[in-house]
Amino acid sequence: MSLPRSCHALAASLPLLALLASPTALAAPDPGDWQSVVEEARGQTVYWYAWAGEERTNDYIQWTADRVAERYDIELVHVKLSDTAEAVSRVLAEKQAGNDERGNVDMIWINGENFATMKANDLLFGPWSEQLPHYPLTDPDNTPAVRYDWTIPVDGLESPWSSSQVVFYYDTALVDSHPRSMPELLDWAHDNPGEFTYARVPNFLGNAFITQALLELADDTEILYEPMQEEDFEAVTAPLWAFLDELHPLLWRSGRAFPGNSSELRRLMGDGEISIALSFSTTEASGAIANFELPDSVRSYVHDHGMIGNMSFMAIPYNAQHKAGAMVVANYLLSPAAQAHKQDPLVWGSNTVLSLETLEPDDRARFDDIDLGIATLPPDELGEVLGQPHPSWVDALAEAWQARYVGR
Amino acid sequence: MLRLAPWLIAALLVGPILAGLAMAALPAFGYLPALGGDAFSLDPWRALMTQPGLARSVAISFISGLATTAVSLAVVLLFLAAASGSRLDRWIRRMVSPLLSIPHAAAAFGLAFLIAPSGLLARFASPALSGWERPPDLLIVNDPWGLSLMAGLVIKEIPFLLLMSLAALHQLDAERRVAMARSLGYRPTIAWLKVVVPSLYPLIRLPVFAVIAYASSVVDVAMILGPTLPPTLAVSILTWFNDPDLSRRFMASAGALLQLGVTLAALASWWGLECVVRRLGRGWVAGGQRQRGERALRLAGKALILLAAATALVGIAGLALNSLAGVWRFPDGLPQTFTLQHWQRALPALGGPVAATLMIASTATLLAVGLVLAALEHEQRSGRQPAQGRLTSALTLLYLPLIVPQIAFLFGLVVVMEALGTRPTRWLVIFGHLLFVLPYVFLSMSEAYRRFDPRWSRVALTLGATPNGAFWRVRLPMLLAPLLTAMAVGLAVSIGQYLPTLLLGAGRVPTVTTEAVALASGGNRRLIGVWALVQASLPLLGFIIAVGLPRLLWTNRRGMRGTP
Repeated sequence: MSLPRSCHALAASLPLLALLASPTALAAPDPGDWQSVVEEARGQTVYWYAWAGEERTNDYIQWTADRVAERYDIELVHVKLSDTAEAVSRVLAEKQAGNDERGNVDMIWINGENFATMKANDLLFGPWSEQLPHYPLTDPDNTPAVRYDWTIPVDGLESPWSSSQVVFYYDTALVDSHPRSMPELLDWAHDNPGEFTYARVPNFLGNAFITQALLELADDTEILYEPMQEEDFEAVTAPLWAFLDELHPLLWRSGRAFPGNSSELRRLMGDGEISIALSFSTTEASGAIANFELPDSVRSYVHDHGMIGNMSFMAIPYNAQHKAGAMVVANYLLSPAAQAHKQDPLVWGSNTVLSLETLEPDDRARFDDIDLGIATLPPDELGEVLGQPHPSWVDALAEAWQARYVGR
Repeated sequence: MLRLAPWLIAALLVGPILAGLAMAALPAFGYLPALGGDAFSLDPWRALMTQPGLARSVAISFISGLATTAVSLAVVLLFLAAASGSRLDRWIRRMVSPLLSIPHAAAAFGLAFLIAPSGLLARFASPALSGWERPPDLLIVNDPWGLSLMAGLVIKEIPFLLLMSLAALHQLDAERRVAMARSLGYRPTIAWLKVVVPSLYPLIRLPVFAVIAYASSVVDVAMILGPTLPPTLAVSILTWFNDPDLSRRFMASAGALLQLGVTLAALASWWGLECVVRRLGRGWVAGGQRQRGERALRLAGKALILLAAATALVGIAGLALNSLAGVWRFPDGLPQTFTLQHWQRALPALGGPVAATLMIASTATLLAVGLVLAALEHEQRSGRQPAQGRLTSALTLLYLPLIVPQIAFLFGLVVVMEALGTRPTRWLVIFGHLLFVLPYVFLSMSEAYRRFDPRWSRVALTLGATPNGAFWRVRLPMLLAPLLTAMAVGLAVSIGQYLPTLLLGAGRVPTVTTEAVALASGGNRRLIGVWALVQASLPLLGFIIAVGLPRLLWTNRRGMRGTP
């Protein structure tokens, strides 16, 4: 037993030696030459900054760490965040202090506004993601969600990891028939005051709810996918505010308080305080039932209009110290084995970004064999996926929401 | 060497805080080149002023700073007055350390689960007593007035103020004063309030100030129990610092300075209140009333502290129950099924953080104890004892980290550290913890040290011992009990640190507390139960050692076992 351990110690000290020996060690690796990237990654320690509020996510990341240690001799360390923006702050503080080469953050689990910010402020390394060996499995030419993160062009600066879609879930023991649209939800709330709420804006789930409502209620949704023009805002969003003004007094605590995030929302559901909630994960209800957090009478549903969906990605900061290692990990995360393991609700239940048509039959079978759980809608019942509007709209919506409902 | 100790302490504490504040002040006035802020301007302040609900945030922070402190102090003083020498007194004294070792966040989660409409109390009362089949739609936790926030803070500040009062009481000879007053016909509680409090208060004034500063700027408790639309100022600042829109950093920095202002304003108002109370109190003390209110005061003194202690303990018990709960639907008083699953899932992940926590906490505590002992020994040998409770002593700078809100200087401090090229390591985290451990170790150690009868050392010196010999072989062994208590307090403070660990460690130094708070963002109450219990048990271990070790070592010397 002692032999492998000492080998490990030796391997761990190698990169240090390499760093001392060769002055070129800090030059950015070239993803086009994959073999050299894998070589360079060997022995690196990759610090992966990822939100850690979900035990199942953390367990999956640990599982990944065990695999990449075995295969690529990479030590993957999960830096646990309660908010992804903490990682963005860290990179910013490093830039502010002139640390352009030895950054602490090697890889971030990111999407949407955080990505838009980092891209706009030149805080990202790349392009690299389109050269990953597993990238073609996402069928990027036919899957715009891989190339556009909330309508912002990805430009090879981040590699897709998970796809998610908003779903509602409700307790069948308390609700006979669930609403199928925002107006129906409003009617239902009139009959059942205090039984529904959503996460507080600007939490991403809160943003998703008001964006979903706007997509359902606005006359013209095309305009939401362009950068927002100040003069359009009032007219386009007027139906949303009329809807929310009527809905809020009917919410849990009469809309005077909101849960902070999706997990608090789930807890309210588990405690029986509300009977309809929403989530950004199609398998959340099944996973929570297995975890005793929700009663087994909970089921998921979607609105007829379609539901907002998006992807989350891996990005590498411009000053990351272990870029090669981060790329190898990102590529491994895209492998069919890792993606299928992730999709199993007993493991995590986060949907794959791979296009199943592109896979070999063996790999495809991994996905077909997964039991999605009792409260999860099968893929063909999830309905249409609505794209995320441009971040400028979401920002403006969140700001207007706060101006309207905070401090009243 | 010894002469340097006070200055070293001052530099260690003041330098980082001033540097951190400066780095927060620059962006607050528009200067932050990394984000394209090259010129000074007042725009961040204008942006701050237009934030919805800002006035309310500020008001809640300000009021919770004052109200929490007033209530906690009143409960502690009434208890000491009413229960001195009773069985309740002994029980509470024994409970102080365990109560102090419950981390703030854990106590807050416990309270939230206790009082929520779907919480433990409602479950016990339902449906038989209340008739509730479903949780009532009542806004209790996160109420817009911050009442539950203040309740949560009061529960945690009472043990702190009590410990500080008990330490200070030793030098007041309260029993003799009360006996004297009683011989003049005063009832015991009234007597205590009239003859002991006026001398006690100046001795615990600085800890009281620390409570005001803490309560007006706390982050974790306010996130769990505080209002949400809008949240308290400190929580808002954290959200702005974490906003994906980086231009909000300017406004966040301005907010950090505003927080400093709010805390200072709360301190100044307290100062004003002190004057009013002093004037009114003088009339009451000198009035000669010997009986009136005795019974009510006595009852309140015992009942209030019992309520607070019981709330904290039942809250923790509720968390413990949660950590073992399977299915647990409202309105069941107890879970329908129990499971070890939550513990089994968490245990493999516990090892690393627990080891890191203990390593960081013990190093920071040892460093702090070394510095504090050096400073105190220097004070003894040079024969200069700063007047207690006066704000003028040089070592008063010790309290700076307790008075300046963490959120106001820590973000700036990270930039300073980056600019100095220091890598986030355990040592940097230990250094950050030292900022907060030092003052508390000093607070708990100084009284015993200064009270120590100087004749013991003198005897040793006349017998030919060197000053160092007298220190190592006489003074230190005789002060073992208070020394261990101070170390236990230091450990508890270090273990509870969240922001400094996260920011200075770049998140790469996982401790039990950072893991617990990260998981808490997931809101799974069962897992929170597991981590909160682990988080609470580590400092408790320290307190058990602090009480147990002197008894083991000095089985044959009763006077040196320390007073429980």
